[in-house]
Amino acid sequence: MIDKTVNQRAWFLVLPVVVLVAFNALIPLMTVVNYSVQETFGNNVFFFEGVKWFEQILNSERFHASLLRQLSFTGIILLIEIPLGVAIALSMPKKGPWVSVCLVLMALPLLIPWNVVGAMWNIFALPDIGLLGRMINGMGFDYNFTQQPLAAWFTTVLMDVWHWTSLVVLLAYAGLSSIPDAYYQAARIDGASAWSVFRFIQLPKLKRVLTIAILLRFMDSFMIYTEPFVLTGGGPGNTTTFLSIDLVKIALGQFDLGPAAAMSLIYFLIILVMSWIFYTLMMRNEEQ
Amino acid sequence: MKMPKWLVPTLYILFLLLPIYWLVSMSFKTTNEILGTFSLWPQEFTLANYITIFTDPTWYNGYFNSLTYVGMNTLLSVSVALPAAYAFSRYRFLGDKHLFFWLLTNRMAPPAVFALPFFQLYSAVGLFDTPIAVALAHCLFNIPLAVWILEGFMSGVPKELDETAYVDGYSFGRFFIRIFIPTIAAGIGVVMFFCFMFSWVELLLAKTLTSVAAKPIAATMTRTASTAGYELGLLAAAGTLTIIPGAFVIWFVRNHIAKGFALGRV
Amino acid sequence: MAKITLDQVRHSYLDHPESPDDWALKELDVVWSDGGAYALLGPSGCGKTTLLNVISGLLQPSHGRVLFDDRDVTNVPSEHREIAQVFQFPVVYDTMTVFDNRAFPLRNRGIPEAQVKSRVEEIARMLDLEAALGNRASGLTADGKQKISLGRGLVRSDVNVIMFDEPLTVIDPHLKWQLRSKLKELQQEVGATMIYVTHDQTEALTFADKVVVMLEGQVVQIGTPEELFDKPGHTFVGHFIGSPGMNLLPCEIIDGFPSFLGHKLDIAQAVDVPADATRMEIGVRPEFLHFDSKGLPVDIVRVDDVGRYRIVEVSHKSHAIKLVTPENVPIPEDKGHLAFDLTKTHVYADGWIIN
Repeated sequence: MIDKTVNQRAWFLVLPVVVLVAFNALIPLMTVVNYSVQETFGNNVFFFEGVKWFEQILNSERFHASLLRQLSFTGIILLIEIPLGVAIALSMPKKGPWVSVCLVLMALPLLIPWNVVGAMWNIFALPDIGLLGRMINGMGFDYNFTQQPLAAWFTTVLMDVWHWTSLVVLLAYAGLSSIPDAYYQAARIDGASAWSVFRFIQLPKLKRVLTIAILLRFMDSFMIYTEPFVLTGGGPGNTTTFLSIDLVKIALGQFDLGPAAAMSLIYFLIILVMSWIFYTLMMRNEEQ
Repeated sequence: MKMPKWLVPTLYILFLLLPIYWLVSMSFKTTNEILGTFSLWPQEFTLANYITIFTDPTWYNGYFNSLTYVGMNTLLSVSVALPAAYAFSRYRFLGDKHLFFWLLTNRMAPPAVFALPFFQLYSAVGLFDTPIAVALAHCLFNIPLAVWILEGFMSGVPKELDETAYVDGYSFGRFFIRIFIPTIAAGIGVVMFFCFMFSWVELLLAKTLTSVAAKPIAATMTRTASTAGYELGLLAAAGTLTIIPGAFVIWFVRNHIAKGFALGRV
Repeated sequence: MAKITLDQVRHSYLDHPESPDDWALKELDVVWSDGGAYALLGPSGCGKTTLLNVISGLLQPSHGRVLFDDRDVTNVPSEHREIAQVFQFPVVYDTMTVFDNRAFPLRNRGIPEAQVKSRVEEIARMLDLEAALGNRASGLTADGKQKISLGRGLVRSDVNVIMFDEPLTVIDPHLKWQLRSKLKELQQEVGATMIYVTHDQTEALTFADKVVVMLEGQVVQIGTPEELFDKPGHTFVGHFIGSPGMNLLPCEIIDGFPSFLGHKLDIAQAVDVPADATRMEIGVRPEFLHFDSKGLPVDIVRVDDVGRYRIVEVSHKSHAIKLVTPENVPIPEDKGHLAFDLTKTHVYADGWIIN
């Protein structure tokens, strides 16, 4: 660690960043806070409403349902993507020409615009014209994600696994390649089994990058909007309407600015608090 | 039974490529073939979809719009993040830790929350429907990210480098541009990659802040799907074209990606 | 414990080695006797670590066989060779306690817990580390961690050989000496065959009964520290061991006796010059030269007082020669004559000693 000198003039160096981010973060946030405590009937006429919208949102069945869907979705994809990503990273070659090829191909899904991901999976999974849809139906399952909630969930989860597992792979791979060869050699000489090598050498070294992987996947999956919106439009019914989709429906669809703003703040707060809890829990774990 | 080790990554990559293959293959099919018959590869190979895109200005302009705001955002984010990351990695100052944390919280802000206020903000300042609006809006999550990654790279550069340069009579500005920036060139490459990536893939804000003149390519696609009925071939061709810049960029930074990730910061 | 034999071992990291430089190890025939304390000495990149990995089984040699006693272990994987190795940088399992780290190799082999416990405690006693056994390994200093690695190496009673790959690189200088003498002590106590890799001659000479000197993938000499000093088998050994290194003077051979620019030396035994020799040299250590009333006429260039002795640099017709003289011996003013200790003056053909 570099020992830093105290220098208040460093503020001049961070000033451009602060101005730009503040412009983008504080003004909109103030707008949202403003809306969240007022009622409007158009024509820029506003009435102060206090915490009415917050109470309404927190007590609404609709919000509870979206939150529950969101939590289940995030839980499911974390349970799949983290172990899968680690398993793939473990079986990747350590050096040689194939490493570059693997990394480039695996990073590909990360660089596709999110609505293209949605559209791609839509035409891939449609039961009549999609390869996946045909394959599943060909195996004797009745599969149509535009009609069946379970199929819609399955497709959305599969799409997210397709889209984001590579991020976990890349992070885990980077963590693994920071382990010096001597550790593996020592373990071989000590007669360690493959499981012991994983448990006592690889997993401890992966802890830090996995913390980041879990945090990122938690945050990003909690904010997911575009991909499921393009894939299923939140349907069938409301079965894949996650928090962001619901929020946009209320704000831009119904133009209920007050409830939408209140929901935004609650939503943002949930992410902040949960990220903080994750982070402190994992950091405390690390210190022990 | 022992599975060969390469089997897992190979299967995984196949799984990744399958939907992409389907998209690309569909882009070479006629609408009739897509809707009428089911074929694993194009039976009547056609370039018509691509010709439409390259000849219709609403299509190819979308492409330019996307690249414009992504490029602007990448340059802007990196150039303001450089001095800030330097400050965080070298100095202690009033409120530095809180400021750093506050910057990171913006990475956690759901774009959906900001969609409407952004629309109002950028309309109010007269930037609505310009690439500048999108480029500025994407700074919300890209600047914190850039500062975070760059700070990691800079902390790896020994402080003696700065001190030697100052002793040799370099001014801060000259030192920063002539010596420091070349030293962390790899880090800057990694950061540009991530800024490009997140600006390129984000669409909710980009779509909200544009209507006609600055519409991104990916948003043009959505319109096709809804208004012109099901022109799936065209949609697939446009989608295929959006994959290319990303693939191109990955290829350039392939040797640095793992290193960027190794710092554990993204 | 076992005797280790390297039978015509060669290794290249390339698939198709062509020039001699492609070989990391050039044909080695070495026997390491049971219970010996060996040092493997050589400059960086001479193939020491490669050789070590061939013995430990981390590397399969391209050619040749490795024998433990009379058993051919060339194709036996590391985990079944019953060897121990300590690496340059300490390898500890961060999440385990010091005790568990030590016990790891034993537990992996299914040894009963009671036996594991007594063995680990015994080793801890030897290394003076009993107090720390319950602590987590990750919080230790570099030398503490390296002691754990050492402990893991020593804990198994059945090891054929314990190898150390420059184990003191990351240790503070004042602890180096301490750890090294500890190692030497342990070697005598346990009686295990040990191979200690280093590029530091002091480390090698203080640890080992026998030193194996390597250069560019081959062994240039195996001998006791005295042998290396009195009779270097190769000019490299003379140069690498000793400070200052051996003097090398070009010579021609007349009737089996070397002659340096017309100054003939009547060494103990006449030499036979190999037919293909191109470069002949006289090698003599600074310690085996002294001033005399007659002999090789030289000019005194400079004198360095380094404590109990002095290093004198002289020259004869622009050839620099160094000698070491005790403090009480007078040094001539400007010019003098050098006498050679003829029993310890050797002749080298293309670098290799000839008798």
